[in-house]
Amino acid sequence: MATPITRWPAFIAFFSLLIFTAVMSKIPILLLFKRALIEVPFVFFAILMPFFGEGEKFSIFGLSVYRDGLLAGTSIVVKGTLGVLAAVILSTTTTAREILRGLERLKLPMIMVQIASFMLRYINVISDEMERMKVARESRGFIATGIKHWKVLATAAAALFIRSYERGERVHLAMLSRGFDGALPSLDSHVVTGREWTTALSIPFLALIASLTALLIGW
Amino acid sequence: MSNIPSLQINELAFAYPDGNQALYGVNLTIQKGERVALLGPNGAGKTTLVMHMNGIHPTMQGEVRISGELVDSKNKESLKAIRSKVGIVFQDPDDQLFMPTVGEDVAFGPYNMGLRADELDKVVKYALTQVGMLDFIDRPPHHLSFGQRRRVAVATVLAMKPEILVLDEPSSNLDPASRRELADILRSLDITIVMVTHDLPYAFELCERSVILSGGIIVADDKTGQILNDEKLLKSHRLELPVGFSFK
Repeated sequence: MATPITRWPAFIAFFSLLIFTAVMSKIPILLLFKRALIEVPFVFFAILMPFFGEGEKFSIFGLSVYRDGLLAGTSIVVKGTLGVLAAVILSTTTTAREILRGLERLKLPMIMVQIASFMLRYINVISDEMERMKVARESRGFIATGIKHWKVLATAAAALFIRSYERGERVHLAMLSRGFDGALPSLDSHVVTGREWTTALSIPFLALIASLTALLIGW
Repeated sequence: MSNIPSLQINELAFAYPDGNQALYGVNLTIQKGERVALLGPNGAGKTTLVMHMNGIHPTMQGEVRISGELVDSKNKESLKAIRSKVGIVFQDPDDQLFMPTVGEDVAFGPYNMGLRADELDKVVKYALTQVGMLDFIDRPPHHLSFGQRRRVAVATVLAMKPEILVLDEPSSNLDPASRRELADILRSLDITIVMVTHDLPYAFELCERSVILSGGIIVADDKTGQILNDEKLLKSHRLELPVGFSFK
C-alpha cells in the first residue's frame, strides 16, 4: 500500500504473487475473480475520478482526463483490487474460525476477538429468526412493495433487535451459570512450526522486496 | 455426607425490582439421587426459582442450600463452587451454546472451574460420551439438529460434574425420538435431577416425585403418579394431561 502508483512494475509483481498464491492453494482463477467482483460498487467512484478535478489535462481515446484524477483513480482501483484479491484468497483458504485464531495470535485485543467469535456464532441464529419473522409476516398477506411498508419493516427490525438483545442477556445468564468470570478460554491450541512460519511469511517478504526494488531502482 | 440433601430451600421469597412478587415462601428439599419434576403453569415462578438455585437471582428472603452450602450471591468464591455444583440446562440450546465448536462449548464450564489441558480434554470427552455426541466434537453448534443441540447443552453442564442437574423444559420442541433419547440419557445419569416442565407424561416417565409450584408457593409434593391422578388438583393449577391420558 505504501508503494506509489507510479512505480507500476511493483504492482505487476504483486499481482503475479497473488495469482501464484491462488494457483498454489488450488483456487480456480475464475472463482477468484468472480468473488472479487464484490469490490465493483466501491471502486465505481474511483473510476469517475479522472473526469472530475483540476490541473493538468490530456486526452486518451478521445476522452479528456485530468492527470491527478487519473493517477488517484488508478491507484485506488489497483490497490483496492489487489487488497480484495488477497482477502478473497484468505477467506477461500481459511475458515472463519482459523482467521479468528490468527487474530488472537496476532494479539488483537481479546475483547475484539470475542465479539467477532460471538458474531460468527449468532449470525445464523439471528438470520434464521429474521427469516422466520419474514415468513410469518408474509403468511399473513404482507408483501413489502414500497415506502408505505417501511413502517412495518422498521417495526420488525426493532422487534428483531429487542429479541437479539434479550437473547444476549440469556446467553450471558447461561454463561454465568457455568462459572463465567470474564475470561474466555483461548481458542488457540495449535503449535505453529517453523515451516508454517516460513510459508506464511514468504509472500509478504517477496512483496516487500518487489516494492523496495521498484523504489530503489526507480522504475 | 450422604444424608445431606442435594437441594434445600427454606422460606424463599422473591420480588422483581418492578414490585412484581414471584415467590412467596417456597420450601423444598430434594435428597441426593432423586429425580423430581417441578410442575407449574406459565408464570408460576418456576424459572425464577431455578435462577435462585445457583445465585443468579440474589436471595432476598429465606435461604437456598446446595448439599449443605448456602447460596450467597455476594460471596464470589462460594458462588463459583455453587455454580459448579448446580448445572442448569436452559430451554433454548442456542442460548447455551455460544462457542464456535461443540467441544469448545463443553470445555467452557470446566475451564472456568480451572481445568486445563489433558484434564479438560478428558472431561469434555466424558461429557459428550454421556450424551452420545462425541462424534460431533469439532462441529459448529448451528450445524446440529435441535435435538442434538439440546443433548450438547446437557453435556455442557455434565462436564462440570454437577451435584444436581436442573433442566428447564427439557422436552420442549423435541420430536418423539429425540425426546425418548433424552429420557434414556437422563435415566442413565447417576445424579440428582430437577426437571422443570409442564409435559406431564414426561414427568411421569422420568420422575418418581413431583412438586407443583403455583402462585409462588409449593402447593403439592407427592409421588408423580399420585399427583397426576388428582384431576382436581391439576385443574386448579392450570395443568392438564393430554387428551386420552390417564394414570389410573
